[in-house]
Amino acid sequence: MVENVRHRPMPTLLSILLIGVPVTLILILVGLSHGLIDDSKRRSHGIGADIIVRPPNSNIMSFSGSTIPEQLVPKLAKLPHVVLATGTVNQSAGGLFETVTGIDYAGFSKMSGGFDFLEGHSFRTPDDIIVDRYYADQKHWHAGTKVKLINRDWNLVGIVQPGKLSHIFIEISVLQELYGASHMLSVVYLKVDDERNIQPLIAELKPMLPGYPVFSMKEFIELTSVSNVPALNTFISVIIGIAVLIAFAVVCLSMYMAVLQRTREIGVLKAIGASKAFILETVLAEALLMGVGGTVLGILLSFASRWVLQRFVPSSLPQAIVVEWWPLAGIIALSAALLGALYPGLSAAQQDPIKSLSYD
Amino acid sequence: MTETPGTGTAHPIITIRGLRKVFRVGQVDVEALRGVDLDVPRGEFLSVVGPSGSGKSTLFHIVGALTPPTSGSVHIAGKDLSALSDAERTKLRQTTVGFVFQKFNLLPTLTAQDNIAVARALAAKSVVHTAADEAEFANILQLLGISHRLHHKPNALSGGEQQRVALARALVNKPAILLADEPTGNLDSKNSDAVLHLLRDVNRRLGQTILMITHNPEAAAFGDRTVLMRDGQIAT
Repeated sequence: MVENVRHRPMPTLLSILLIGVPVTLILILVGLSHGLIDDSKRRSHGIGADIIVRPPNSNIMSFSGSTIPEQLVPKLAKLPHVVLATGTVNQSAGGLFETVTGIDYAGFSKMSGGFDFLEGHSFRTPDDIIVDRYYADQKHWHAGTKVKLINRDWNLVGIVQPGKLSHIFIEISVLQELYGASHMLSVVYLKVDDERNIQPLIAELKPMLPGYPVFSMKEFIELTSVSNVPALNTFISVIIGIAVLIAFAVVCLSMYMAVLQRTREIGVLKAIGASKAFILETVLAEALLMGVGGTVLGILLSFASRWVLQRFVPSSLPQAIVVEWWPLAGIIALSAALLGALYPGLSAAQQDPIKSLSYD
Repeated sequence: MTETPGTGTAHPIITIRGLRKVFRVGQVDVEALRGVDLDVPRGEFLSVVGPSGSGKSTLFHIVGALTPPTSGSVHIAGKDLSALSDAERTKLRQTTVGFVFQKFNLLPTLTAQDNIAVARALAAKSVVHTAADEAEFANILQLLGISHRLHHKPNALSGGEQQRVALARALVNKPAILLADEPTGNLDSKNSDAVLHLLRDVNRRLGQTILMITHNPEAAAFGDRTVLMRDGQIAT
C-alpha cells in the first residue's frame, strides 16, 4: 500500500491536500468561533463588574441596540450593596466582528481599574479615540495619528493593553450622538460590595427591571459559548457537510483513477490468490492513509492559519486551536475517505481477472 | 498418453471432460472451447501448442480457476472446479496452481523479493512452510540465479530476470501445478532457453505438473508430451 502511494506521489499528495483543505476549514471555523468567544470572555472579565444588565428582550450573545435609558445608572448606583454602576454603548464599527464601545471614562476606569496605556493618554476632546494593542497592530496605527472610523476622522490619542471590554473606545456621549441615541445605553455594569450579595441583588433587580436580562458576570461569561451563538452550530454543521462531500468526492475520484491505472496489477493479484476482500482492504487502506494524511495536513494548516490571522488581524479574527476537535475532524476525514473508496474498492474486487490481465 | 519420468501411471492431477466455453462478444456467441477432453498425470510437463484463437489461453484460464467453464467438467487435484465457490477458487490459486505469464506480470511497485513475498503472504493461511521448504526454495532461487537481484524492482531487471522472478513467485507456495502461458514469448533465444531449462529442472526436481502454452515448437519440445489444439478442441 505504501509502495502504491510512493509509486504515484503526485495524485496521492493532491488527494491529501484536497482532504486537508476541508479539514482545515472545519478547524479554522471552530477555532474562530472559540477564539472570538474566548476573546469576548476575557474582555468581559476585564471590566471588573459583578452584574450585567442587558437591554430588554435581548439574547445573551446577540448584538443589542442601545435601548436602556441612561437614567437607570444613577438609580442602580444608589441600591444597597452597589459600589459602582456604569453604562456603555456598543455599535458596529463596520468591519467584521468590529465593535466600537462608548464609555464613561471615569466610571469605566474606576470599575476596570483603568487602562494600561502603551502609548498616549485618555480622551481630551470629543474627537479622541482609544484602541487596544491588537487593533492598533492590525491597523498599523500609533498614538497621535489621524484615523478614519465609522465614516469620520478621529484623533488616536491612546493605545492600551487589550482585555478590557472592547478593542475600540470612544467617549460615550459622542457615540450616543453619532448614532442618534442620546442618553441611551447598550449595557449597564454593576460592581457589588461583597461577592455574597451578588445573587440577592440580582433577585432584587429582576422584578425591578422586568424584561431586562440580568446576569452575574460569572454566569454571563459561562453562558458566553459557541452553542449560545444563534445559527453558529448550524453553520458549522453545514461546513462539516461540505467537508465530508469534498473529501468523499476527492477520494472517490482519486481511488477510481488508481484502480483504473492498476487494472492489470489487480488481475495479477487475483491470479496469485488475492481474494476480493484483500483487494477491497488494499484500496480502503490506501484511502485511510490519505484520510490520515489529510487530517494531519488540516491540523498543520490550521496552525498556519492562526499564525497568519494573528499576524494580520489579531483583533478581528482571534483563532483558537481547539484540540478537542482534532479527533472529530479526523473521524470526518477518515469516514469520508473510506466512503469515497468503497465504490472503487468494490469495483476493483469485482474485476474479472482475465480481462484485467489483458488490460494495457 | 506419455508416461512422465518418475511418475509412472500416476492418477491424473488434471482431468477434463467435455469442456466447453462460450464467450458473448456483442450479439454473437463465440465458442472458444468445443468439448475438450484431457488428462494430465501428476508430474507431467505438458506442452499445449496451436494457432492463435485455438482456445489454448481459455483452457489455461479455466484450469487456473480464473474463469468457470460453460459446461463440462474440470477436476484439479480431485476438486471439481464447477462446484467451487469464488472463495474456494481463490484458495485453489493460492495453494494448488502457480502462474507464469508471457508479460511476466510482476507488480511494478514492488521489488523482486516483495513480489515473491506477496504471493507467499496471500497464501499464508493455507500453505505451511517448513524449514525444509525454506531450504528448498532457497535452492530454487539459486537455481534461478536471481538471489543477487531480489532487491531490485521489475523496471531494473532484464526480461529474463523478470521471468525468473515470476517463476519464483509461482513456485513459492509449492503448487502442484504450474501453468505457463507463452513463458518465452517476450524473451530472446538465450533467455528463452534458460527459462525452458529452468522449467524442466523444476519439473524434475520438485515433480511439479507443468502445463505450458507455446507457439514455439522448440519450446514445446522441452515438455514430456505435446498436445495440439485447433478450433477449440484437442487435435492430437
